Amino acid sequence: MTLTSTTRVELQQLAAQYPQPRSALLPMLHLVQSVEGEVTAEGITACAEVLGITAAEATAVATFYTMYKRDAVAKHHIGVCTNTLCGLLGGDAVYDALSARLGVGHNQVNADGFMLERIECQAACTHAPVMTVDWEFMDDVTPGTAVAVVDALSRGEQVQATRGPVIRSFVATEHTLAFPLDGLAAADNSVDDKMLAGLRVAQERNMSAPSIPQEH
Amino acid sequence: MALTPVITEFWDDPSLYTLDGYKSHGGYVALADALKQDPDSIIATVKDSGLRGRGGAGFPTGLKWSFVPQNDGKEHYLVVNADESEPGACKDIPIMIANPHALVEGVIITSYAIRASHAFIYIRGEVPHAIRRVALAVEQARAAGLIGNDILGSGFDLNIVVHAGAGAYICGEETALLDSLEGYRGQPRLKPPFPAVAGLYASPTVINNVETIANIPYIVGRGVDWFRQFGTEKSPGFKVFAVSGHVKRPGIYEAPLGITMRELLDYAGGMRDGRPVKFWLPGGSSVPMLTAEHLDIPLTYEDMAAAGTMLGTGTPMMFDDTVSVVKAVTRWLEFYKHESCGKCTPCREGTYWITGVLEKFEHGHGSSEEVETLVTLCNQISGRSFCALGDAAATPYPAALKYFRDEFDAAITTSADEQFNPSASYVFAEAVSR
Ligand SMILES: Cc1cc2nc3c(=O)[nH]c(=O)nc-3n(C[C@H](O)[C@H](O)[C@H](O)COP(=O)(O)O)c2cc1C
Ligand code: SF4
Ligand code: FES
Repeated sequence: MTLTSTTRVELQQLAAQYPQPRSALLPMLHLVQSVEGEVTAEGITACAEVLGITAAEATAVATFYTMYKRDAVAKHHIGVCTNTLCGLLGGDAVYDALSARLGVGHNQVNADGFMLERIECQAACTHAPVMTVDWEFMDDVTPGTAVAVVDALSRGEQVQATRGPVIRSFVATEHTLAFPLDGLAAADNSVDDKMLAGLRVAQERNMSAPSIPQEH
Repeated sequence: MALTPVITEFWDDPSLYTLDGYKSHGGYVALADALKQDPDSIIATVKDSGLRGRGGAGFPTGLKWSFVPQNDGKEHYLVVNADESEPGACKDIPIMIANPHALVEGVIITSYAIRASHAFIYIRGEVPHAIRRVALAVEQARAAGLIGNDILGSGFDLNIVVHAGAGAYICGEETALLDSLEGYRGQPRLKPPFPAVAGLYASPTVINNVETIANIPYIVGRGVDWFRQFGTEKSPGFKVFAVSGHVKRPGIYEAPLGITMRELLDYAGGMRDGRPVKFWLPGGSSVPMLTAEHLDIPLTYEDMAAAGTMLGTGTPMMFDDTVSVVKAVTRWLEFYKHESCGKCTPCREGTYWITGVLEKFEHGHGSSEEVETLVTLCNQISGRSFCALGDAAATPYPAALKYFRDEFDAAITTSADEQFNPSASYVFAEAVSR
């Protein structure tokens, strides 16, 4: 896929957000990845041109960060947290089940355009084991529910993130990372029981923070 | 000790993430108040509050702000560290999803105090939902005139950029974060100079954690005396604790610093199936583990240090007796090896070697000599690395050895999976009987 003039305009917009344009390089790489499903030489060159740096300089950055892919994720990115907490609480079994279902291993893309990745802690350990689809949360999965998510996506069915919107695609999320005002912030499942666990206990037991002392 | 929801108080209102929702609970009143004060007096308030950074190190926030040279005619910057990637840490992302305006209001007040006209919120890239909620909060605040030029008629101008990272734990280290935000590989810088003097674009910069900044509206709005009713002299305030692992009700529990793990555990319903606590970590994988003996120690910076560990991110991970400590430690080292930025030799090579030896133990092929080799390897990394990631990587093994030496001895001949059936530690019903 080649980058269109729309993308080039968007790259310029990103660069203009910062006091020094080069600060935009990470979002710019997300943007070119949102068009091509991976970071290609063409994408890197486009970023470098806008910033007035060499392609080698931009490549050095692109290869440092794990979210930039060098194989096209045509449809969905499937992440499974196998860091200690999630892994030991069942993420290892979830990963094995997904690997068997998708027929690929870590960082590989299958014929249907699904990439599988063992990911590190997703800042969702209270919801272990955690899976992500196109980086949206799929909390509290089991091998069975994880495979069912992939099956539903393969059939083209609607799948809802546990905390977040209906799953779109890998490239759509990449576009969000460059331009986060995607209209999907509302998702009313965003704050779940686990995020409310302490508040509910406090309400049940009539606990609250002390009030403001008189002199204030 | 009772739970005290402050940052989390209105999380059950689904509109809290919007400007109107936040305002309906008293949001942005502290900002209006702050803009009428002298910036220095806000710095003084935060200093007097005793607030300590919630990103892990617990550095006094007001003191950090006061290191920024004032009236130097230079551009100043505020950078919010929203990279939350420490294994076990899961409290900043929930704050940004549920209550993003508390962060945004904190950013505006802090920027005013340190005289910054540009602020950046650097959020790890893997959490699009947190990013879109913070971006929307910034947009709504901008539309309401709370960000931009001449905010609320005060003459103060501020621009806020929400920036997505791209997958690198090291970018949570504050100077690596700055390099990343300047569009480079995220590798730590030599200190000094400290960011307060030469940070982003070589200008004076304050870097604070999400939860730290989310405290600011409450401190400025309710005052030092109110804030100091929570916690201890050295650890004032409340904390968004995130309790994970083998507990009945994992989740977010906000309480004063100084609550004990036993109390938090009780609120979280206790351990699943009434099993015993085997080991737990008060705040991320980079702090030494503790055992059931330590459940009654107050969760404060000073008490955790006295117990030989650290409060860290204040996000306890609880493991029961179905878990192999050998396997847990090996997995953490695989993480540090993967995330080492490669800049300095002790960490780049050391994490590789430690992980290799630990993997032998995990598979039941260790040796009694290597139990000691690992100690030597950790000593050669700790204190000799360029940044604290190296020290962190040298932490899990010595701590585990202190309490569970017998398990490493057993792993000389018996693999972790033979010692502990892996499925017994799974949390779903597909697990075999325990
Ligand atoms: C390897 C490494 C990773 C870190 N990750 C984070 C992080 O994700 N978030 C954070 O706030 N601080 C992180 N820190 C700590 C920061 O360097 C810094 O101390 C903190 O952002 C300061 O903010 P505070 O004073 O408000 O806590 C990390 C430190 C190291 C060494
Ligand atoms: S200690 Fe590790 S992460 Fe830190 S600079 Fe050295 S190699 Fe990089
Ligand atoms: S360990 Fe999996 S989300 Fe933290």
